[in-house]
Amino acid sequence: MEKFNVFASRLIPKEDYVCSGHRACQGCAEALAMRLVHKVLGRNTIAASATGCMEIISSPYPETAWAIPWLHVAFENSASVGSGIEAGLKALMRKGKIPKRKINVIAYGGDGATVDIGLQWVSGAMERGHNMIYVCYDNEAYMNTGIQRSSSTPLHAATTTSPAGKAIGGQQTWKKNMTEIMVAHNIPYVATINPSYPFDFMAKVKKAAEVDGPAYLHAYSCCPTGWGSRPDLGIQLGRLAVETGAFPLYEVEYGKYSVQEKIEEFRPLKDYVKLQRRFRHLTDEQIAASQERLIKEYKLLLKKEQMTREGD
Amino acid sequence: MAVRKGIESSLAIAEAAAACNVDCIAAYPITPQTHIVEHLSELVNDGELDAEFIPVESEHSAMSCCCGTAAAGARTFTATSSQGLALMHEIMFIAANLRLPIVMTVANRALSAPINIWNDHSDVMTERDCGWLQIFAENGQEATDLVPVCHRIAEDKRVLLPIMLNFDGFIVSHVVEPIEMLDRDEIATFLPDYEPQQRLDVDYPITMGPVGMPEVYTEAKMAHEAAVQNAYGPICEILDEFGKKFGRTYKPVETYKTEDADIVFVMMGATAETCMSWVDKVRETGKKVGIVRFRLWRPLPVAAFKEAVKGKKVLGIIDRHFSPGGPGGPVAQEVKYTLYGEKDAPKVVEVVAGLGGRDIDFDTFDNIFDRCQKVLDGGTVPPFELIQARGGHYGKI
Repeated sequence: MEKFNVFASRLIPKEDYVCSGHRACQGCAEALAMRLVHKVLGRNTIAASATGCMEIISSPYPETAWAIPWLHVAFENSASVGSGIEAGLKALMRKGKIPKRKINVIAYGGDGATVDIGLQWVSGAMERGHNMIYVCYDNEAYMNTGIQRSSSTPLHAATTTSPAGKAIGGQQTWKKNMTEIMVAHNIPYVATINPSYPFDFMAKVKKAAEVDGPAYLHAYSCCPTGWGSRPDLGIQLGRLAVETGAFPLYEVEYGKYSVQEKIEEFRPLKDYVKLQRRFRHLTDEQIAASQERLIKEYKLLLKKEQMTREGD
Repeated sequence: MAVRKGIESSLAIAEAAAACNVDCIAAYPITPQTHIVEHLSELVNDGELDAEFIPVESEHSAMSCCCGTAAAGARTFTATSSQGLALMHEIMFIAANLRLPIVMTVANRALSAPINIWNDHSDVMTERDCGWLQIFAENGQEATDLVPVCHRIAEDKRVLLPIMLNFDGFIVSHVVEPIEMLDRDEIATFLPDYEPQQRLDVDYPITMGPVGMPEVYTEAKMAHEAAVQNAYGPICEILDEFGKKFGRTYKPVETYKTEDADIVFVMMGATAETCMSWVDKVRETGKKVGIVRFRLWRPLPVAAFKEAVKGKKVLGIIDRHFSPGGPGGPVAQEVKYTLYGEKDAPKVVEVVAGLGGRDIDFDTFDNIFDRCQKVLDGGTVPPFELIQARGGHYGKI
């Protein structure tokens, strides 16, 4: 398995390290993403989770969904906890107190735990150069606490703290671009991942594990409960998010951009938003304006790819 | 062979941590900072200590990172103070309930506002209920000696709790004292390598920090209470062993010239050293006064304290922190708890002094002694007072 960088359905490991029987909602793409991550990383992995859906659903004592060592400390600090695990293992291996071997250290947070309250902790851990992976499961709001807006909630989306009111309709700000904030940290590897594209997803997780130094993965995570979408549409929504330009798939390796699943012709954004109750109040003008901005951002992304690959 | 030299206490404490061969140090220099972690990073960068020094981006992150290093099975040390400790607050409780044997030195200093970097006990007393073991040193030698003692206690399989080693900011932390340095080889015979009971091990995967539903939360708290209470025996044992090996014996409760005293002062930290000089002086004029000092604060050494004040008439309690609108200072509250319902319990005179670096000097002790003397002579016990405040005080403004 280790010899291949390409994933295909028959080559996907059968072992699961995030086991079934956990308490995630029907159709949760975040749980699916977490499962895929650990299929790639395997048993020599230690995980630190932030407080949030994935922590709550996987560890209600005395049950656990984790077949690997796992630690939860608090909401905002999983990156720092992960950096501690990495540093601890490094010191113990160097001093001969535990056998030397490759152990993946991964830290998790939802979008709130990464983009809002945990931004400092993520930034610190990445900047210090720990050999670890940080994965943000972005379901675009605080789902665990009851669907409150985060700075990762898209424009106009209705949440319990940005409701679609008569005077103000939903979220009033554009989604914070956390991926680019991580690119600005000049770390070896940054990528966006989406469980609707499992092979691309797994190849990127593998790269993140192999790179020497910090890697950041931003995972699109459909939340039927928070988005008001049908639980069986998670994979379709993930594909629509890529095809409309709402969540482009790309990676940045040592500063070099490359865009996956390139869009030849943009799918109308309306195809994506109409499947979700959180966007039910949107007017055609609002959708058109958002689509325009998404296309502009996508073009900028392609320019970055072109610029950083000049001379290749 | 141990060397005695003039050294700033902070540097001696850092050397002691290095002598303990710590594996990981995570630290952040929030104002106010001490030289402890600066010196440790020097030792690491000079190759004199094989450890990971993690210069984190906040004190909250320092404690979070320490949770990670300790859970990975590394001997973990950090140092903080005042606002830094306050910022760690959330993670303090988690580190304790995860039973991670982290050793943290705290140079006790005042909390804002107004912003003030000087010594009192408002930082640590605010963390009283966090479930850590808490111990108070009175001088640089004691603080230095207690570093390996704290690692032994925290890592003891009968204990497995984080421990906070407190000493007064500036008054101890920044003062150059003659200190007998701890020899690394000698410490190695007192403090063996840390063998974690459980750690994040890929060969034996465990889930740490799971969700505690109402059905298990109370039991988890009960287990924690038992762990802190049961630590008392091992703490006494380890302090004794240190005494036998290094010739400096420390007890959970310290007494000074209390045998014939009717009035006894109760306090914590470096104030007791000043007070000892004052006791020596006033005893020459026939005043029979002594000192009882809590060295161990969590678990509260109730029996040892009761024994220390048995038969005394009046206790003069000096607190370095108080709860506004509440029942006064924490030391006085807890002393009263130990005495409540006791037959012939001593009367308790409470004062709050030495806030935010205000010096506690001989005049302060004279003032407290007079209050105690009045009560001894049959006067009523006054409510607690901030005795050094200008412009009136509690109840008389």
